Amino acid sequence: MTFQMFLFYFFATIQVFAGLRMISVRNPVHAALFLVLSFVCAASLWILMEAEFLGLLIVLVYVGAVLVLFLFVVMMLDINIAQIREGFARYLPIAAVAALVMVVQMIWVLNDKVFKASAPPPALPEYNNTEALGEVLYTQYVLQFEIAAVILLVAIIAAIALTLRKRPTTKYQNPGEQIKVKRNDRVRLVQMKAEKNEVEPE
Amino acid sequence: MISLTHYLVLGAILFSISIAGIFLNRKNVIVLLMCIELMLLAVNTNFIAFSHYLHDITGQVFVFFILTVAAAEAAIGLAILVVLFRNKRTINVEALDDLKG
Repeated sequence: MTFQMFLFYFFATIQVFAGLRMISVRNPVHAALFLVLSFVCAASLWILMEAEFLGLLIVLVYVGAVLVLFLFVVMMLDINIAQIREGFARYLPIAAVAALVMVVQMIWVLNDKVFKASAPPPALPEYNNTEALGEVLYTQYVLQFEIAAVILLVAIIAAIALTLRKRPTTKYQNPGEQIKVKRNDRVRLVQMKAEKNEVEPE
Repeated sequence: MISLTHYLVLGAILFSISIAGIFLNRKNVIVLLMCIELMLLAVNTNFIAFSHYLHDITGQVFVFFILTVAAAEAAIGLAILVVLFRNKRTINVEALDDLKG
């Protein structure tokens, strides 16, 4: 067993364990943390497959942003765990059967010799995964790349538009009104007689 | 040596785990979204495995786009979830019957 084989089985075992725990823990916060573990193991496996750029990307973007967003939302909401957990034991047999059937079928298909391709020789030292990816991404796939950017923009606008709300108690400033204001709106001059300063007797 | 089958079987197992997760947590929208993320991760692992073993970098470009779409999906899904919780005070999927379909 080579060292790479050991690394593969190590990370794959942890990833499957994290996935199983993710779907079975009671607390959604723990589920999100197990998902983080699963993604980190996936990043390690991707780096094992010489996809260094995507391996680092998934740690930075996915673990760093998306899953933290998940954790943020989970912790912000006040979830009644008992209510959303009901039916778990009832659906456990059918879920196990469905997943088992699927995985057995897929492994059966994947055992074909077509997929027994041996590992390609390791890349040369001067090979740069980021550079190779960037070369095709900015030439051949530049249109798709721009569409991806537009999709992200749409997601930003949609997320803000969905969660934006006007509460009647919110205090806000209207710069237009502030600029338009005249002296007479703010200052009121009153005429009054001069008063004598009465010295109080000690 | 590690063959292509190893990675594909790992992807298949992860995919099935997330299918089971969707069955089990069918009332909890947050865990449903997490299961979808795990499913996309399994698919991405397959893409990268094929990209590595067939010497074609296009698979990694595809993973790049899938990651983009998955991030957008997670952001919008969580925004919908927040709006849902604000209106219903629950994230139970069975409470989503306002349309009476």
